[in-house]
Amino acid sequence: MTQKNRLDGGLIDRSETWSFKFDGKWMKGHKGDTLASALLANDVRLMGRSFKYHRPRGPLTAGSEEPNAIVELREGARKEPNTRATTAELFDGLVANSQNRWPSLKWDVMAINDRLSSFFAAGFYYKTFMWPAAFWEKLYEPIIRKAAGLGTLDHRPDPDTYDKGFLHCDLLIIGAGPAGLAAALTAGQAGAQVILAEEDFVLGGRLNAETYAVGDDMGADWAAQTVSELEAMPNVRILARTTIIGAFDHGIYGAVERVSDHVAVPADGKPRQILWRIYSKQAVLAAGATERPIGFHMNDRPGIMLAGAMRAYANRWAATPAQNVAIFTNNDDGHRTARDMHAKGVTIAGVVDTRTDAPQSDVFPVYAGGQITNTQGRLGLTCVEVTLPTGTTRTLTCGALGVSGGWNPNVHMTCHQRGRPAWRDDIAAFAPGGTLPPGLHVAGAAMGDFTTQAALTGGAAAAVAALDVLGTKAKAASLPDADDGPVSITPFWHVQGAKRAWLDQQNDVTAKDVVLAHKENFTSVEHLKRYTTLGMATDQGKTSNVPGLAIMAEVAGKQIPEVGTTMFRPPYTPTAIGAFAGRSRDADFRPVRKTPSHVWAEEQGAVFVEVGMWLRAQWFPRPGETHWRQSVDREVAQTRKSVGICDVTTLGKIDVQGTDAAAFLNKIYCNPFAKVPVGKVRYGLMLREDGIAMDDGTAARLAEDHFVVTTTTANAVGVYRHMEFVRQCLFPDMDVQLISTTEAWAQFSVAGPNARKLLQKVVDPEHDISNEAFPYMGCGEITVGGGLRARLFRISFSGELAYEIAVPTRYGDALIRKMVEAGQEFDVVVYGTEALGVMRIEKGHAAGNELNGTTTAQNLGMGRMVNKKKDSIGSTLSEREGLNQDGDLRLVGFKPVNLDDPVPAGSHLMTKGTSVDAAHDQGYVTSACYSPNLGHHIGIGYLKGGDTRQGEIVRLVSPLTGQDHDVEVVSAHFVDPEGDRLRA
Amino acid sequence: MHDLQPITALGGQIPRQDTVAALMLTENPDLALASVAARLGQETACHKHLKALISAVPGPGECKTAKGTDAFWTSPDMWMVTAPFGTHEDLAAQLKQRFKATASVTEQTDAWCCFDLTGTGVEDVMELLCPVPIRTMVAGQVQRTSIDHLGCFVVHRGSTDGLRIFGPRSSAGSLHHALLTAMRSAS
Repeated sequence: MTQKNRLDGGLIDRSETWSFKFDGKWMKGHKGDTLASALLANDVRLMGRSFKYHRPRGPLTAGSEEPNAIVELREGARKEPNTRATTAELFDGLVANSQNRWPSLKWDVMAINDRLSSFFAAGFYYKTFMWPAAFWEKLYEPIIRKAAGLGTLDHRPDPDTYDKGFLHCDLLIIGAGPAGLAAALTAGQAGAQVILAEEDFVLGGRLNAETYAVGDDMGADWAAQTVSELEAMPNVRILARTTIIGAFDHGIYGAVERVSDHVAVPADGKPRQILWRIYSKQAVLAAGATERPIGFHMNDRPGIMLAGAMRAYANRWAATPAQNVAIFTNNDDGHRTARDMHAKGVTIAGVVDTRTDAPQSDVFPVYAGGQITNTQGRLGLTCVEVTLPTGTTRTLTCGALGVSGGWNPNVHMTCHQRGRPAWRDDIAAFAPGGTLPPGLHVAGAAMGDFTTQAALTGGAAAAVAALDVLGTKAKAASLPDADDGPVSITPFWHVQGAKRAWLDQQNDVTAKDVVLAHKENFTSVEHLKRYTTLGMATDQGKTSNVPGLAIMAEVAGKQIPEVGTTMFRPPYTPTAIGAFAGRSRDADFRPVRKTPSHVWAEEQGAVFVEVGMWLRAQWFPRPGETHWRQSVDREVAQTRKSVGICDVTTLGKIDVQGTDAAAFLNKIYCNPFAKVPVGKVRYGLMLREDGIAMDDGTAARLAEDHFVVTTTTANAVGVYRHMEFVRQCLFPDMDVQLISTTEAWAQFSVAGPNARKLLQKVVDPEHDISNEAFPYMGCGEITVGGGLRARLFRISFSGELAYEIAVPTRYGDALIRKMVEAGQEFDVVVYGTEALGVMRIEKGHAAGNELNGTTTAQNLGMGRMVNKKKDSIGSTLSEREGLNQDGDLRLVGFKPVNLDDPVPAGSHLMTKGTSVDAAHDQGYVTSACYSPNLGHHIGIGYLKGGDTRQGEIVRLVSPLTGQDHDVEVVSAHFVDPEGDRLRA
Repeated sequence: MHDLQPITALGGQIPRQDTVAALMLTENPDLALASVAARLGQETACHKHLKALISAVPGPGECKTAKGTDAFWTSPDMWMVTAPFGTHEDLAAQLKQRFKATASVTEQTDAWCCFDLTGTGVEDVMELLCPVPIRTMVAGQVQRTSIDHLGCFVVHRGSTDGLRIFGPRSSAGSLHHALLTAMRSAS
């Protein structure tokens, strides 16, 4: 197809001719085209179907405010639905498809909705799909969703990547039209750090869409020269293809830079888009204005567009929607479009101006006081009906109609922090008013100053004012003179009596819907929005909100400012979820923490498990083992029989120093710590302020003024944060200093009857670690391997004779290799977290499952640890009556009566003979495992009055998994309850 | 001399080095680190020792250097001291010797991994990683920040020495991946 509607001139690069495909048809365009401009040049006006009625639609605008020309861009996994053809930059090979139609854009079955439109008035869903309620989810919603669709997803993962980034500047300028360029020039010359962000791929804003002069140049040429000047300034950073999507606190703005959207596939390693967070000291909003349509009967046919857009297509892209066009306007701007189109050789069928005093023209007919009352053309406009003030009608043959109802300043950024715009009668529009976000200045059309001269001087003045706040005396850049014609507008919102006058074309909301909503008492503007869905589509009502408000004001007998506006919220334009996610997706969703023995464990074929961000070895399968239980049972048995090693680096370690270190820990832990001797470790339980158990662990006293506290893996951060809070806020007069050393030391548990013998081969001989010299709960600084500094703690989680040995992390890999080698003669095993868990359950030690944020020291059977001779955090509130009743939950063990039965964690316990319901609940199983030592499943958990119920048979139920059998209440300490092994 | 062979934070025998365009990222295991926190009431005495060590008491956001030893501010009356690992593996012990009861000293050498980023365009890389005002930072400035969800320190070491990034050692792999990804994206 030839580019039938391509005009002369324009800012496109005709030396580059590109092919693109729309709905399966290949066409030609040029570098500098958008998809919409290229389609118009190829005589394609029909680009989409509306959301609800599936009405044929073409582009209404030439920018990001577009409601109609919504397409699916690209193919395969890169397909992106709901993108605006008006902003999609053309590239060679671009593939686009229309959406929300079947089987084709021209023949859409669902267009039947349009015939039935009288049934689909505002609130149709709410009124119709009332009953039966069960039908909603299964029947109504799927049907509605299918019919009222937007584009479709490919369902494969997005192959592109997105970056996030952070920028800082003195002055952020939003928009690079005349006001933005003047502001950038002024601030750039003053030496300020400037960021100039522009959503378009060519800077200049409306200067590129107009024909008038700035100084001695065409506006577009002046813009290009100014951009070159700015590019040469090292303190000015220009971000083209970058939309500022929101104004946030403290001068922070969100921006999406479309780095690679204008190429088929992003370059290797490059992101498709970057979500920038811009920290600005001051900002200038120069976002321009958006033209608004007028409501009249059948004003949505392909070919009917905003007059300013029609002019932009002709002047910038050298494309016209048709060779014969008409204009409908209530202001002088519509006439400008007619003049420009005429100059480009397009026939002007007539200018219909609602004003009776409309300016006349020598070259085209002007119908002063006229209104457009009907249009024809199913898939594209063919003619319009004009009703003159006399009441007579006339038909104008035309393939396109430019409509101008005036311009709305783009106030969005001024309102993102709950500011409300103020109505201005002189321009019949909302302009920035009231409280602006701190540091934000507004200039140009965004401020309601619609002439180019006002934009230039206003932009420069805004930059001067902004820099003045920063203490920089800037001088307004010297700027050329530009067109300064006054704006004359007479508000005209819609043609009275129009049956189907579309306001929100994307969501198919008509003027009649607004009237109906008001009749049904939806009189608040926010209710109107939600009831009619006006402004709720992806364009957020950029072209429809103000006309909607005007009609609402009319029917309510109010002034527009009394009706008010709905809330403006970010993002300004639709933003890909991928941009918000950035690189944090899939395997990179969050960072990974690896233990010091990770490399070694990988060599052994360990199976890893995520524990928070940590990757820990869960078990180490040996050849021939086909089930995890075989590996875990072996690791447990071998450890209890001889010796096992486990990487326990993940447990939190906090270095506590200072002359008040012991006194500080005495506050943190509920049991006494003031008199722990140097060289000793003590088990400690810490409570929250409310008396509930927070965490448990050990504190080793390495010196009078030096402890090393250990925490559970899960609570390492929380406990450190808690301790810092206590240090800084509760006891600032204590001399105590804290720092985390979790990652500084590689720590291994060495457990089992042969643990000491193994360690004696590793620890340097000058350190005596015999039972007499280094008894249970001893600790000390030692050396290993011939002089490497290390720490040794005689503590046990497994119930065996056990130590924990720590070396600086870089030596952890060497230490485990050394210990495994030294342990060969003892048949040493390295065990994972699963065996660790089995052994601690066998021993009855509490862990995260038991310290679950609801349990007290009493529940844990550690009530007596809460020392009453001292004050410690949580001590007082742990005395609350409700936490100290007879018959409260107590930690006990469970053994199945039928030894083949499992004891699943999470099961609840019922007294025998009672019904299974919450009222009869006696407690629950917190941790469970198969005990290779006992040869059956065991569990520990909380049972009401459990301390007095040993030997009782209770009913274990898990309705979810169908378990219901008897278990015996036993001691939680299944292995070595007397603790002899620990002390051996 | 002991017989335990160290590995780097990335798990290798030798430090990893990556070059992307004009940028170079080097894993740096040759640093010993220790935190120094003034004891309550001993602040002035502690400052004196700091001055003797690096001729300054670094304030917030500052990193001072003298004779191969760096110290940067980490929180009120607390600093991180770094020195060449080869000569200062026992840095914490050396510092304790100097500061005695005026400060609490904790070995931090292996709590952190360290990457040096040098070459042209390091600013572009950092802009994709963290909110530090990298273009206005100068040599001797340091910022605590978050890179790839990890708490890090970014030290500006001048146009030749580039940036030094300290992050949590256990996540060295994730941090390295984030840095390298940003280098590829920015260059």
